[in-house]
Amino acid sequence: MSVLVIAEHDNATLAGVTLSAITAAVQLGDDVRVLVAGHGCRAVAEAAARVQGVGLVRHSEAAHYARPTAEDLAALVTDLAVDFTYVLAPATTFGKNFLPRVAAILDVAMISDLIRIDAPDRFVRPIYAGNAVATVQSMDPIKVISVRATAFDAAPSGATAAPIEVLEAKPHSDLADVLAEQLTQSERPELTAAEIVVAGGRGMGSADGFRLLEAIADRLGAAIGASRAAVDAGYVPNDYQVGQTGKIVAPKLYIAVGISGAIQHLAGMQDSKVVVAINKDEAAPIFQVADYALVADLFQILPELETELSRVLAK
Amino acid sequence: MVLVRRRGPLRERCAAHQLRSRRVRASAERAPTAQRGILMKVLVPVKRVIDYNVKVRVKADGSGVETANVKMSMNPFDELAVEEAIRLKEAGRVESIVAVSIGAPACRETLRTALAMGADRALLVTTEAELQPLDVAKVLKAIVAQETPALVIMGKQAIDDDCNQTGQMLAALLGWGQGTFACGVALAEDSVTVTREIDGGNQTVRLKLPAVVTADLRLNEPRYIKLPSIMKAKQKPLQSMTVQELGVEVAVRLKTLQVSEPPPRRSGVKVSSVAELVDKLRNEVKVL
Repeated sequence: MSVLVIAEHDNATLAGVTLSAITAAVQLGDDVRVLVAGHGCRAVAEAAARVQGVGLVRHSEAAHYARPTAEDLAALVTDLAVDFTYVLAPATTFGKNFLPRVAAILDVAMISDLIRIDAPDRFVRPIYAGNAVATVQSMDPIKVISVRATAFDAAPSGATAAPIEVLEAKPHSDLADVLAEQLTQSERPELTAAEIVVAGGRGMGSADGFRLLEAIADRLGAAIGASRAAVDAGYVPNDYQVGQTGKIVAPKLYIAVGISGAIQHLAGMQDSKVVVAINKDEAAPIFQVADYALVADLFQILPELETELSRVLAK
Repeated sequence: MVLVRRRGPLRERCAAHQLRSRRVRASAERAPTAQRGILMKVLVPVKRVIDYNVKVRVKADGSGVETANVKMSMNPFDELAVEEAIRLKEAGRVESIVAVSIGAPACRETLRTALAMGADRALLVTTEAELQPLDVAKVLKAIVAQETPALVIMGKQAIDDDCNQTGQMLAALLGWGQGTFACGVALAEDSVTVTREIDGGNQTVRLKLPAVVTADLRLNEPRYIKLPSIMKAKQKPLQSMTVQELGVEVAVRLKTLQVSEPPPRRSGVKVSSVAELVDKLRNEVKVL
């Protein structure tokens, strides 16, 4: 079975979510190929070639692939896809943007947010914000699938490098142009890749409140997340949001502070290995998914936590 | 000049609607708007889903989730789309807003909500089948062919199946540009500039019109519907048709074999102090 994985990257490094998609691909077939479309992204193609299980990398270069529009990427992928049984991409805003376009042009259904493969044509995916999981059977000749990265381990590096073949770029479509990107600059690890996430909710009270979390995150080398309420209140930028419609995270440790735990938020973090909840409201739903619950005022607890962490981690 | 260009598509419409459009046009021309461009039509697809506050329960036989006697509402992302269309109309950029819903006859309620918010008329496409995103996109494509909107605004995903596909699929089938996960929409005469929420921050794209835009959470805050609006909505036209009448063939491409509960998390323990918490994280689960 042949599988095409569309790599997510920033023209310099291969995104970790791509490695998870490759793991899913290897479970589906023995002929796994990766498409790296970008601008000045040879290093990414080389990195993809070194991933275990990858048999061939197709590398396509064009200025308009630097930040490709869904229109341009879908046109490139659709042409390739007809020779494959599976087309995979990470279920991120990157994959979610162009992959349905590919499926529609191919006149096939798309399977969003794959979390488990039961058989070559049977897939498991969450629905209703993760409050239910559906097992679906695909009747299509080409199965277009977005992969939830937290459900699959990152593929390791292999012993040998796969060949890299150049794929000719397609012309830029005038349907859409990227005018600008405003990316949040942060020294901290990327939210979806971090081993530890410290997240705050409306209980943080203000943008200043989040400073308390930053101190904890600095101690732990953690990423900072937020509930929708905190983002809507303007405490943090929207790309901090964890939840059904934000980012899906599954770190080793998730510390939820001042987050009540709406189902939409739980949907984004309930696969975390260990969950700590700090909230003064004993009835907060977050405590139902917490491994360790601390019922207390966060403004008193966070400075104490910072002190304690610096004490024990310094040892 | 502007008038002449507007008259073309209007002529094809039914007499009653022409009358209404003329009234809208007349009032738009009276309004002291700076925008002299062509007033466009916006199509807003809306889906009826289990209300976002309801805790869904999986049916014992694994065939789906319990929908009997459960509160249903408009998909919250579609509400944002309706609101955005209304704001564009209030800003003098849009002539009319057509809401469309596909599904059981009960979708009428969802359409009435859209009308009460401020949509001008509504289309109900009935079907017994549970349509998948590609089928929905095909039905919407047929509606677009009838209505010729310059812009389709819809929610980025429905909170029931969480697919996040239909807008992109519709754009692909129409050969239109797409602006997904929108948190800002600025309409010009022949293009729309969309600010999109992406994983690392925001991205701004300019799309040639006609185009499809999908709404993300921070696009706007939908208005509360006042009672007089609900009464007025009852007078607004709601036209019904079937999927077959539109000539759209639907197919089951994904068969749902089973719906089950997610594995439960083990229940946690209460800790009484920071010291105890840090000790457990270090020595019990060893994550620090």
